[in-house]
Amino acid sequence: MPKLTPKDLDVLRAKSVVIKTTISVGLSSCGIAAGAEAAFAALGEEVKARGLDISVRRVGCAGMCSMEPLVEVAVPGQPTVMYGNVTADDARKIIAEHLVGGKIVKALQVQTVNELAVCAFGDNSKPAPAGGPKQYRIVMRNCGVIDPESFDEYVARDGYQAVKFALTDGSSDAIIEQLRISGLRGRGGAGFPTHMKWDLTRKAVGEERFIICNADEGDPGAYMDRSVLEGDPHAVLEGMILGGFTIGAKLGIFYIRAEYPLAIERVEKAIKQARANGLLGQNILGSTFSFDCEIRLGAGAFVCGEETALIASVEGKRGTPRPRPPFPSVKGLWDQPTMINNVETLANIAQIINRGGAWFAAIGIGKSTGTKVFAVTGKVKYSGLVEIPMGTTLREIVMDIGGGAAEGNVKAVQTGGPSGGMIPANLLDTPVTYEHLQQLGSIMGSGGMIVMDDRDSVVDLARFYLEFCVDESCGKCAPCRIGGTQMQRVLEKIAEGKGDDTDVAALRRIAQAMQKASLCALGQTAPNPVLSAMKYFPKEFESRLKKSTPAAAV
Amino acid sequence: MSTTETKAPAAKPAGTPPDAISLIAKRWKNKRGSLIMALHDVQETFGYVPREVALKLAPQLGVPVARIYEVVTFYNYFKLEAPGRHVISVCMGTACYLKGAPEIKERLMAHFGIKSGETTPDKEWHLQDVRCIGCCGLAPVVTVNSKIIAKVKPADIVTAVTALYTPKEG
Ligand SMILES: Cc1cc2nc3c(=O)[nH]c(=O)nc-3n(C[C@H](O)[C@H](O)[C@H](O)COP(=O)(O)O)c2cc1C
Ligand code: SF4
Ligand code: FES
Repeated sequence: MPKLTPKDLDVLRAKSVVIKTTISVGLSSCGIAAGAEAAFAALGEEVKARGLDISVRRVGCAGMCSMEPLVEVAVPGQPTVMYGNVTADDARKIIAEHLVGGKIVKALQVQTVNELAVCAFGDNSKPAPAGGPKQYRIVMRNCGVIDPESFDEYVARDGYQAVKFALTDGSSDAIIEQLRISGLRGRGGAGFPTHMKWDLTRKAVGEERFIICNADEGDPGAYMDRSVLEGDPHAVLEGMILGGFTIGAKLGIFYIRAEYPLAIERVEKAIKQARANGLLGQNILGSTFSFDCEIRLGAGAFVCGEETALIASVEGKRGTPRPRPPFPSVKGLWDQPTMINNVETLANIAQIINRGGAWFAAIGIGKSTGTKVFAVTGKVKYSGLVEIPMGTTLREIVMDIGGGAAEGNVKAVQTGGPSGGMIPANLLDTPVTYEHLQQLGSIMGSGGMIVMDDRDSVVDLARFYLEFCVDESCGKCAPCRIGGTQMQRVLEKIAEGKGDDTDVAALRRIAQAMQKASLCALGQTAPNPVLSAMKYFPKEFESRLKKSTPAAAV
Repeated sequence: MSTTETKAPAAKPAGTPPDAISLIAKRWKNKRGSLIMALHDVQETFGYVPREVALKLAPQLGVPVARIYEVVTFYNYFKLEAPGRHVISVCMGTACYLKGAPEIKERLMAHFGIKSGETTPDKEWHLQDVRCIGCCGLAPVVTVNSKIIAKVKPADIVTAVTALYTPKEG
């Protein structure tokens, strides 16, 4: 394959897509788990058997996971139709009734992506005004829309235009300036301003520099990053190339958890395609810039999401954190300046460069700009992925988009996973920003949003998270190792109805020690779920103390 | 409930050509910090990290055997013993936990008479927890080798799992 020049890239982008009837099937891990491959095969067979001129293609996950397998039918000149929960039999029925018979199969019809969300592409530069779709998709704009394994389809959606700009008219200064104006903050949890991290790494002294994509996605119950890597891997890769260019790195590393085989496969494919087209390797797009990427796999250790532990893991060692400073931006992989960014952070970069930092800054509120992707799961009616402008309220996410509780009522929402906190239903009007969530004793986190209904016990969920942190503690420092186990023991006592007031006080005391003295954020934040549960549901704890009422009757 | 094939790497039985280890060593030897990647290849080839393999691999990679064990014991993903022919993984992530994973695990433990992390004496079934396979929208999920059982009710789990039994060849 010939290496592309900037001009070739534009030609490829403008190459008009043949307009014909297309059936798209969501083939990400979740779709496949729900049986999408059977529907995909049945559609293909049926189209072939009937000799129809229809293309049956693969797309990523549109985020409507509770309705997988999803099949979208696009007939030129007609509104697009989305079908949900499609079995192989349903697939044949869709061909017979809709594509041959011209009648929509109403019983299977669900909302289309465009009814749910405005996707940033072309003129879609802003979220919809009130009354329109609540979601606005920057990170997920191609998810469920393009074939993630097609380089051409990514390019046709303005793919690699930002790299072209950087290598022709741009400079690392210009990129950092746009990131600064955009106000983009890290989506991996801590919310550190991205432009500062890029600038610090760029200016640090070293023999070589590295950029790492953190795709460890450790929060159990969250899968935003998997979905983006599976649904639009080139967007993340483009972010990596831009990062590499900005800081002057020659090598980028994707650190992906081993539990995500399909994400690994799609990133591998994207890297190969980019190499073949001259977007990775020597002299990218004919410029003087050379950069390549490789993949390293995690091996089932939550703590390896922490950046210093991640670096140790990439070096082939046990993943134990080390004290910071020095920060990785100064002394990281192989002791060289290293920039670690989350998948979602990287997926935003090209759009910011293409549309300008001011465009991004206009979305969201205050110091929380742009959008955030959440995996809304648990006891919610429509579990799935949601991308909303910052400042959208929890109520809009859980009730309007998520449909509320599947049964009963919403009792609480947990954000930030094992490092976050529970937010009770009466605070659902809180807007989602880094600051608001922190004020409530939770965090933005990487995007997990677990919905609990009134039959769930907050004491049990707090115990679940604490147990998780104790299991995943690397054991290096005493406050986390010993404190975690102590808290766990006390909580167990309370849950079994054997605790008293002194135990509640003990929980607070140990929590404080852990927060103050733990070496890394795993230990520092491990008490959060317990503390927030005690803060917002004191009665539920008391009822356990008195050994009387069952937990859920509060 | 639905049962489907996934792309999850399935444990392959031993009996691989003898040069598999050299191939793995050759692939990773000159790459900085690639021990974990080499061990992933080992586990994919043998289903676990057998002691003989670790002993042979270490000198070829130029690392002490102790380094291999240091790493293998730290990371949950690596197994030191051969799992059963059917590896049942119960997702214990938060979404699955809220939707009945603990009861699912209980039922499987009772049915097979083993705890999580153990293998049945006939080596046919291995039961383990996983942390979340990223299909939380379809919770609760259980995988059996490369097959995935999604949206399963605790009462149906034993039937769903045993239906995936494949008889031994030969
Ligand atoms: C215990 C622990 C686990 C973490 N897990 C992840 C993770 O899975 N993904 C991630 O992007 N960041 C994770 N982080 C945060 C990272 O250390 C780091 O802040 C982040 O990757 C930086 O990228 P960003 O600036 O783009 O957010 C974790 C932090 C801790 C302390
Ligand atoms: S806080 Fe916990 S996980 Fe972090 S270094 Fe200390 S023991 Fe390890
Ligand atoms: S919590 Fe079970 S798949 Fe994520």
